[in-house]
Amino acid sequence: MTQSAITTTALTKRFGNFIATNAITFDVAQGEIFGFLGANGAGKTTAMRMLCGLLRPSSGEARVAGFDIYTQTEKIKQRIGYMSQKFSLYEDLTVKENIRFYGGIYGLSNRQIRDKTADLLQRLSLEQEGNMLVKALPLGWKQKLAFSIAVIHDPSIVFLDEPTGGVDPITRRQFWDLIYESAAKGVTIFVTTHYMDEAEYCNRISIMVDGKIKALDTPAALKKQYGADTMNEVFLQLARAKS
Amino acid sequence: MKQFFEFVKKECFHIFRDRRTLIILFGMPVVLIVLFGFAITNEIRHARVAVLDYSQDALSHGLVNKITASTYFDLAENLRSEKDILPAFRKGDIRMVIVIPNGFSRDFIRERKASIQLLTDASDPNTATTLINYANAIIGRYQQEQTNLQHLPLTIHPEVRMVYNPMLKSVFLFVPGVMTLILMLVCAMMTSITITREKELGTMEILLVSPLRPMLIIAGKVVPYVLLSFFISIIILCLGSWIFGMPVKGSILLLLSACGLFCLTALSLGILISSLTNSQQTAMMVSMMGLLLPTILLSGFVYPIESMPVPLQIVSNILPAKWFIIILKDIMLKGSGLRQIALPMGILGGMTCFFLIVSLRKFKIRLS
Repeated sequence: MTQSAITTTALTKRFGNFIATNAITFDVAQGEIFGFLGANGAGKTTAMRMLCGLLRPSSGEARVAGFDIYTQTEKIKQRIGYMSQKFSLYEDLTVKENIRFYGGIYGLSNRQIRDKTADLLQRLSLEQEGNMLVKALPLGWKQKLAFSIAVIHDPSIVFLDEPTGGVDPITRRQFWDLIYESAAKGVTIFVTTHYMDEAEYCNRISIMVDGKIKALDTPAALKKQYGADTMNEVFLQLARAKS
Repeated sequence: MKQFFEFVKKECFHIFRDRRTLIILFGMPVVLIVLFGFAITNEIRHARVAVLDYSQDALSHGLVNKITASTYFDLAENLRSEKDILPAFRKGDIRMVIVIPNGFSRDFIRERKASIQLLTDASDPNTATTLINYANAIIGRYQQEQTNLQHLPLTIHPEVRMVYNPMLKSVFLFVPGVMTLILMLVCAMMTSITITREKELGTMEILLVSPLRPMLIIAGKVVPYVLLSFFISIIILCLGSWIFGMPVKGSILLLLSACGLFCLTALSLGILISSLTNSQQTAMMVSMMGLLLPTILLSGFVYPIESMPVPLQIVSNILPAKWFIIILKDIMLKGSGLRQIALPMGILGGMTCFFLIVSLRKFKIRLS
């Protein structure tokens, strides 16, 4: 458990004169649920895209699953799962076809895909809907399905970019149960969110303001440090301090 | 390889589940071919003509009969004087008036030179020109017959033969044109739309985070369309030859490989467009404005390139469609072999490489 899933040192991304992420340094332990918070435009998505190998950093170091993000992106891609803000399944494919497709592009064998499909449908209690087009499912189910598919290849780290946007509180809770289930298996969860109640579910959280990490600790420690009752207050204090 | 296969399978689901795509893919070629083949044609048949014959002798009657006996012209009315000419045109259904002056046969036989006047309604210039050409041809033939009969010396017989398309069928021009248009539409527009759709839906990001290589993603998206468009070009060829009797004088193999090459050119254009745009709407507009319109207007499909102003003639050279139409006509109508079409084939190949390199560079920049 001593090995870190993600380490970054002064990771920076510039777009022209604009510094989207400014020398961020943090460490995420294997199996940890790490909340990555910040207002819109604070640089969360940029940081996440760099860690996933979608964006090349301007400077700084980072290792994901033990691999360098400059030179070993191919190896990183095998080890990570990713779920973006936009709903990422194909709506004109059935549930099973989506599972089959994503399993296929991660190189799972037919047998593995078959087993995973049965297992996944059972866990989400979607056995009846296996042959339904995804567009016919309610949003909450789609999100849960998207998460399950993002971890279909047993990645060691999952990146979730605002996964619960627009989902009702009950489904959000169920969604977090799925996240806990994965974390219990030792999967590292790196999640960005706007919902402060979700921040409480994380082991540790970092709060980004204007491209910099302004706070990084467990939710309890942060609340104590800022003398606040809820994460919401902590967040507002930090976000207001800048303006 | 398995990853690639899964990708192609997924892409086929997209195509076959989207009714709109299917209609464009399979309905469009048939409709266009039938439209251009039957309805939109620049051949002229049964144009109504009026005759003002001052001479009224055997020779002038013979000439009028000769002209109106052809399928091109029908005799609408006999006029009495010059004053009737304009009102006849104004009625609208008369396309041409033939005026034969007094003493037509006398001039013809004695002075070996007789003149007649052809008046056409040039408010539609193309039709007018075509009519004059047809009429000239018939008059020429008539003159030749008469000079042979009368044993008159010293006349030139222009023996006209329309090589490669003796019947002047416009379908021979439209089949290659429509084929070009359809392939452009299917390959370029459909690929650019399908790639931008993934971007719009956000699934492209997921694919890029997956271990699939960008090249493989693009190839996986494009391959089904290559196969489809190849299939469609075969349909068009069959329609052309069964319904309209379009010949294929050259080698079928060569024809198919030219089609294959053009599919690649159009696909690479589609990929280029998709690497420059982020939404399906834009991709569609760019394909429409940037590809389809020039293909219709400037490739020599509808308007002959020779009659365009020089700047446009130069512009037409950068259109892949122009070269493909040349290749198609050469192979189908003239029976040219690889050596004769090497230049346009080479140009298409060069364009394809250029588009691919540019779009791959663009794609990489986007990733980094």
